[in-house]
Amino acid sequence: MLLWVAAALLGGVGALARFHLDAFVELPSAGEFPLGTLAVNVLGAFCLGLLTGLSLASDTMLLDGTALLGSFTTFSTVMLETERLGEEGERRLGILNLAVSFAGGLVAAVAGWILGSVL
Amino acid sequence: MRRRRRAQLQLAIFAGGAVGALARAGLARAFPWPGHGWPWVTFAVNLVGTLLLGYFVTRLQERLPPSTFRRPMLGTGFCGALTTFSTLQIELIKLARHGEVALAAVYLLATVAAGLVGMYLASVLTRRGPR
Repeated sequence: MLLWVAAALLGGVGALARFHLDAFVELPSAGEFPLGTLAVNVLGAFCLGLLTGLSLASDTMLLDGTALLGSFTTFSTVMLETERLGEEGERRLGILNLAVSFAGGLVAAVAGWILGSVL
Repeated sequence: MRRRRRAQLQLAIFAGGAVGALARAGLARAFPWPGHGWPWVTFAVNLVGTLLLGYFVTRLQERLPPSTFRRPMLGTGFCGALTTFSTLQIELIKLARHGEVALAAVYLLATVAAGLVGMYLASVLTRRGPR
């Protein structure tokens, strides 16, 4: 029971942290490219890679990985921002967003995993 | 007054995020992914969360009078937390390490394709639907 209360709380914290980092990155750039979500997702992928590399206990992983970082990073917003770029005639920016998000996320997750394995 | 609104906004995101994360974590525990084969839970939550976000954002921003807390709670909070990007990346790496590189590629492409088509359809259908 306590585990799930903690998971919910950490999920809330993850969403709130995403909101703040997104706003922090978006504010000065204010361009069409969704840099805020990209920053959140790449950072979150690195951190989850790190946790995975550390081979933590299953409950710790559920709380820090699944609840906190899973909630911090987001897939639906990437889809929303990419689809809206397409609707606004910025299809190339949308494709660029997908490519940079997934390539960046993958590289970050691998880098975090390697770092976590040697720590 | 502004500080109070800001506090309410953060509470809305926190509450939505808590529920979204709890749903995803519960499913992940109920149907654990063994590290190989199709990651059904992540695939499903990402698709469902994307459809819901398309519906919420289109309806709340284009169809209904502006509301301060519904979009942050349902969109940023709930859908943002129900779907996940980092877990998807880890699953791709685990699949590749397990020798299932082709499955990883198909999983990634299917997730993105379903997400984009889902977002498009949810938006278009919501615009056509009743106010």
